[in-house]
Amino acid sequence: MNDMTPIQTTLKDWESDQEVRWCPGCGDYAILKAVQRTLPMVNADPKNTVFVSGIGCSSRFPYYVESYGFHTIHGRAPAFATGIKLANPDLDVWLVTGDGDGMSIGGNHTMHVLRRNLNCQIMLFNNEIYGLTKGQYSPTSRTGTNSPTSPIGSVDRPALPCAFALGSGARFVARGYDISKDLPEVLKAAYEHKGAAFVEIFQNCIVYNKDRFDDFTQKKVADDTQVWCRDGEPLLFAKGTKGLALDCDTLSLKVVDVVDGDWEAAGVAVHNVKNRGLAHMLVEMPFGAFPMALGVIYDDPRPTFESEVVAERAKLIEGKTADLGKLLAKGQTWTVEEKDAAHGLMD
Amino acid sequence: MATITAEHETEASVQDTAPEAVVVRFAGDSGDGMQLTGGQFTLSTALAGNDLATFPDFPAEIRAPQGTLFGVSAFQINFGSSEITTAGDAPDVLVAMNPAALKTNVPALKPGGLVIIDTGEFSKRNLEKAKYESNPLEDDSLAKWDVLAFDISALTLEAVKPFGLGNKEALRCKNMWTLGLALWMFDRDRQPLIDWLNAKFAKKNPVLAEANIAALNAGHAYGETAEIAGPLRKLHVDPVASEAGLYRTITGAEAVSLGLVAGAQLANLPMFFGGYPITPASAILHNLVKMKEFGVTTFQAEDEIAAICAAIGASYAGQLGVTSSSGPGIALKGEAMGLAVMTELPLVIVNSQRGGPSTGLPTKTEQSDLYQAVYGRNGDASLPVIAACSPADAFECAIEACRIATQFMTPVMLLTDGYIGNASEPWKVPDPASYTPFPVSFLEENNNGEGHVLPFKRDERGVRPWIKPGTEGLMHRIGGIEKGIDTGNIDYSPAVHQAQTDARKAKVDGVAKAIPAQDVCLGETSGKLAVVGWGSTYGPIHQAVRRARKKGLDVSHIHVRHVWPLPENLGDLLKGFDKVLVPEMNTGQFKTVLRDQYLVDARPLTKTSGQPFTIAEIEAAIEDMLA
Repeated sequence: MNDMTPIQTTLKDWESDQEVRWCPGCGDYAILKAVQRTLPMVNADPKNTVFVSGIGCSSRFPYYVESYGFHTIHGRAPAFATGIKLANPDLDVWLVTGDGDGMSIGGNHTMHVLRRNLNCQIMLFNNEIYGLTKGQYSPTSRTGTNSPTSPIGSVDRPALPCAFALGSGARFVARGYDISKDLPEVLKAAYEHKGAAFVEIFQNCIVYNKDRFDDFTQKKVADDTQVWCRDGEPLLFAKGTKGLALDCDTLSLKVVDVVDGDWEAAGVAVHNVKNRGLAHMLVEMPFGAFPMALGVIYDDPRPTFESEVVAERAKLIEGKTADLGKLLAKGQTWTVEEKDAAHGLMD
Repeated sequence: MATITAEHETEASVQDTAPEAVVVRFAGDSGDGMQLTGGQFTLSTALAGNDLATFPDFPAEIRAPQGTLFGVSAFQINFGSSEITTAGDAPDVLVAMNPAALKTNVPALKPGGLVIIDTGEFSKRNLEKAKYESNPLEDDSLAKWDVLAFDISALTLEAVKPFGLGNKEALRCKNMWTLGLALWMFDRDRQPLIDWLNAKFAKKNPVLAEANIAALNAGHAYGETAEIAGPLRKLHVDPVASEAGLYRTITGAEAVSLGLVAGAQLANLPMFFGGYPITPASAILHNLVKMKEFGVTTFQAEDEIAAICAAIGASYAGQLGVTSSSGPGIALKGEAMGLAVMTELPLVIVNSQRGGPSTGLPTKTEQSDLYQAVYGRNGDASLPVIAACSPADAFECAIEACRIATQFMTPVMLLTDGYIGNASEPWKVPDPASYTPFPVSFLEENNNGEGHVLPFKRDERGVRPWIKPGTEGLMHRIGGIEKGIDTGNIDYSPAVHQAQTDARKAKVDGVAKAIPAQDVCLGETSGKLAVVGWGSTYGPIHQAVRRARKKGLDVSHIHVRHVWPLPENLGDLLKGFDKVLVPEMNTGQFKTVLRDQYLVDARPLTKTSGQPFTIAEIEAAIEDMLA
């Protein structure tokens, strides 16, 4: 991050000269625009910004942003990002991954980058399908998903990316979706969080999993099916007529009706981004009986991995000088004098 | 040590007259501290001015069940007053701490050699565990050796009695007792060991330091005042004459670590080392953690893949990325190596080879990852491969790997093996100023005037510029998909892929112009037979060729460091010989590479027992070829 004079950029400055090659109508276009809107908002500097991705539709993302970019190998973007950030902690690192890349082949690295708390933004585009390989069910596909590899419906149970992130020790967990006008706000919060910021972005795969998220992303249902989590505000939805309250008998959330706007009387819980238990409950709410929790669900920073590595290194090298000659001659040594040395015995 | 080459032979068994070289093997249970005993004996040997080579041989299990045959851990040292290049063939002296150690090691002992046995461990139960039907001390199965059997356990317990240790702890001092006896036998100074024990235990447990020192002294005194004149006698080995200068002992793992640090300094770069624990490569990570004042960042990754990916990430960000592993881990890194080839980023990959395939023989040595190094990636993904031939040589090779990686923007693989990694030898401490620096320059200005920067615009050697993120005005994207000429933008049209494949190959082939010509390290540059080796077979090949030449045979030794690309003159050199013999610890991999590259009738001599070649094995093959 750059602490000097704020860099002034516009959305245009973040567009590369590369032709965008996603399918027409793909949710990735909207996410790309949201990111290009966010970067000027946070005064990001193109020369200090690096987008790192794995493999998949979403992972083509870096080519379309006018910054530094590294399109790596399947699932491993978090490991590359770790090397980049440790080599130069001043760089702003954004990770772009998908449900296959980040939850399946790269699940291990997603876990460890979160656990270590590398300061970066992790955008997981969740379209619940393998798009680039032509539509096989993914680790986030709902049970029963029909696909070329599951002709009568998949039998696997899906993983919940946000629950996985919390379980891995993430200190920032948020959710948004491709066409949401609030996505830049969510991304801004992720950027401002120091540490690994995990953002699950529901994304419409127009070809292989079309309109999968319509039941909460479409305008006509949005009010009734989305609960936006804002720190210090009550967890209300359906234009304030419903809210989420804690059921003390079952230690879980329940939906309650709010009469005349009196949410306090209805017992609606106030969102607290530092409440890890609440975050767990919000990300695990079964959709249908509950609304979809969106926005910043959890945000409680801890020291970042790279700052700890820098501090550890300072401690280890305290009082030491980098004298290579001395290093090579370390340990128990002995000297062979010129008079003892043998000469000319080569055969 | 290849500087002084006074001839020596060790055919005679232990004798009163000072021998030129003696091979001693310590063998015991893996919990008996044999590696420690051997290591300290090595140090005292080096301090006495002897040249030496060692061969640690231990089981994969950290604490294999006590007393069993597969739990035996051994350490062999060959030291003497002339140049030593191998850990020796058959030992002159064997120290066997229990029946299992005796059973597994005594067949290797020279006829007439000395075996020292701890009778305290020869209980009925231990004999059964070692699958002895009768007690070898009581039958005549050891008749061809000098046997010195006494109760080392009891003598040790007696020596450490004043310190009030428990029985188990007291018995742990046995290795020091044995070491004391060995030091006496070979006229070694005890003081460095006493200093070491004091330093090791001073803070944690001074009583243990005292007990161990007492055991060491007691073993030494036992030799001094032994009532049995028998076979036990003092051997003095004269110090070797070497080049004047400052010396220390060094293992291959230490040499690689120091060489990487030196290489990064010569490139004027901070170094990033990504590693994941694996035998026998972990030692390099352990060493580098302690060298952070040289701009070293170490990262213990979640797996082998993350280790190399993080290293590539660091290279992308402008540091020298390094990763290290052994065969199975290298296999996991394959895809990422391909990305480093494709994005043309510098990277050093160290492979401390071990026996394979799969988990194979984690603690034993082999050279069976040559194909993996040269060919083992998807696509046409050529990269330079360098092989170290000894612990000391690993220092030079690590520097060479850093030089080629940074000068040619390419991943480079450095091959060592378990034998080189663990073995130690005396090393003349080099002067860092004697190496020519190869400082890296990053692209700072747009190389395309007013247009978009061209991250893949190649120079006359086919090398692209290195651009650090953070550089004003040079934003660009790289990745694993085929890329357009100069621009790096995605482009996999037919002509472009053809051109880029050719360019990548030409660049790596061109490394041959930047490496030394192949020399002949012993013998003439043409003749009847060339014995061509690579890696840790250097010692036995060199001695075998020397012996054969003494007998008048027309044979030369060629040892190849640059395994890929091969030195430009190697083909012509080989064609100057009637026959070519390639000894290697695999089923004939380098032999195949040589045949492929030069259409020469290279003959294999292979060994995959997890043990290094003996001199005699190679000598016999030379005689066969010339018969």
